[in-house]
Amino acid sequence: MATLEIKDLHVSVRTDDAAKEILRGVNLTVNSGETHAIMGPNGSGKSTLAYAIAGHPKYEVTSGSVLLDGEELLELEVDERARAGLFLAMQYPVEVPGVSMSNFLRTAATAARGEAPQVRHWVKEVKQAMADLDIDPSFAERSVNENFSGGEKKRHEILQLDLLKPKFAVLDETDSGLDVDALRVVSEGVNRYTANKDKGVLLITHYTRILKHITPDFVHVFAGGRVVESGGAELATQLEEEGYVRFTGAKESAAV
Amino acid sequence: MIPQSSRGERFTSYEVDAFEVPGGREEDWRFTPLKRLRGLHDGSATATGSFAVAVDSGVEGVTVETVGREDERLGAAGVPADRVAAQAWSSFTEATVVTVAADTRPEGPVHVTVTGPGQGTTAYGHVQVRAERFADAVVVLDYRGAGTVADNVEFVVGESARLSVVTVHDWDDDAVHVGAQHSAVGRDATLRHLSVTLGGDLVRVSSTVNYRERGGDAELLGLYFADAGQHLEHRLLVDHSVPNCRSNVLYKGALQGEGAHTVWIGDVLIQAAAEGTETFELNRNLILTDGARADSVPNLEIETGEIEGAGHASATGRFDDEQLFYLQARGIPEDVARRLVVRGFFGEILQKITVPEVRERLEAAIDAELAAVGA
Repeated sequence: MATLEIKDLHVSVRTDDAAKEILRGVNLTVNSGETHAIMGPNGSGKSTLAYAIAGHPKYEVTSGSVLLDGEELLELEVDERARAGLFLAMQYPVEVPGVSMSNFLRTAATAARGEAPQVRHWVKEVKQAMADLDIDPSFAERSVNENFSGGEKKRHEILQLDLLKPKFAVLDETDSGLDVDALRVVSEGVNRYTANKDKGVLLITHYTRILKHITPDFVHVFAGGRVVESGGAELATQLEEEGYVRFTGAKESAAV
Repeated sequence: MIPQSSRGERFTSYEVDAFEVPGGREEDWRFTPLKRLRGLHDGSATATGSFAVAVDSGVEGVTVETVGREDERLGAAGVPADRVAAQAWSSFTEATVVTVAADTRPEGPVHVTVTGPGQGTTAYGHVQVRAERFADAVVVLDYRGAGTVADNVEFVVGESARLSVVTVHDWDDDAVHVGAQHSAVGRDATLRHLSVTLGGDLVRVSSTVNYRERGGDAELLGLYFADAGQHLEHRLLVDHSVPNCRSNVLYKGALQGEGAHTVWIGDVLIQAAAEGTETFELNRNLILTDGARADSVPNLEIETGEIEGAGHASATGRFDDEQLFYLQARGIPEDVARRLVVRGFFGEILQKITVPEVRERLEAAIDAELAAVGA
């Protein structure tokens, strides 16, 4: 069993003139086998949490700790964190022109596994994973995310999740911009990833609709840069009905 | 952009003195650091070394000759259009002529290796490559070594011939090379030219393509990688003077380090007679570090509306840290990630290289460039 522990995390974003504090003491523990949904209104710092854990250079951790099985992730480079078992499915996956998806996947798998996967097995593995996500095989030869639709990008994020099999996955607004079918396909991909109860998921979302496909064990409400309330799946239902008004003082719906 | 004067009316001459000594403000010279030319431009650089040309011998269908200045074939593809090219023309003592016989298709590429005269010495040279009618050949022109060099290179592509040329400028760090390349594309002939520029303190290559008759097709690809202090300059002129010809220009460059400077000038001229012309040119530069500078000037001049299509584009961008983050977030180490991105950037050119040994050599060279800065 593995544990991802976020302790009193404070994070600022660097702007041209000053640093602005966004996360103000986040505490959260995710064990493998658990899915935690983090829900919150726009601007509450949910995505900052995701990027700060992954090590994006734009965010500066001013204090606190992120431990993966006791190892301090904040002292590691971005790629070292990933190899330690952390995965970030991004809200806006980046286009990398000229680098084919198949080359990218193979390079990432080589890094994650510590050795190049055997060609024959690998080709089969990728084919199957793509089929599971209704991704046309022709995407393998296209440049990473280049001219992909929003839904295609999200499917490919989950494709990487499936192939890299990290210990923990942070899914940042993976449901945004997905139509009903794509949402189902992507959710099924996440559920396959967690099926053996040996993976931990931090599911960041504004809306409750993805929670109809992926059942969270815990729901945390995020506001003002920290977790303000935690509960079970029923908290999501409550948010769907009431919105975030109780936490923000402003009316903002959590329902679709 | 409005040119200072039409490229179609530009002055050409075999005589050095017909050209003014450039002062640095001329359109042709304004990007070039004249002080680093070691006198190639003002007549003070006298030949003190040899322009050594070695060509694979014994390739069936290929004839290699060393000829004197009086050989009537010389100059067939074009006339010098700047003072350094005229200086090279006036100064060479013997030329190398490589001829691919009509209707032949030599096995594998023909290697032409030019070795610089050595540090502290200057050499002038002349090379002509001829593909006679219906010939089909690949020629690799490989510059290496040290010294100061100016030369003229001619590619004469006969009727319906196909000539693929890869020019590699992989000079030692201190070399200075100012080259003029003249291509004459015959009726229904195809010229595929790839220019690779990696090494040298200053390399300036001016390439001109002329079409002799209808149906000519020229593809001009370029790949360059400038490090700290290097000046790499590519100037192209594609002169569409006859109908129904095509040209496609794609040059890509990467720069890194303080004072790395690249210049790309892409002039395409479609003369009034050149109806049915189809042309496109593109230059892209990728700046990997601070302190590097890429100048890019595409210029399309059209004197007839009766064309198939014409376009140009230029873009210079910085290395995208978001791409790096994305790849690293998948566990890919930074150096591998940088290599992926830069190889990806050059990918569309590398893919078009049909000679595997050349492609592998370039991939290795790009990796070595990246490793050099510890990226």
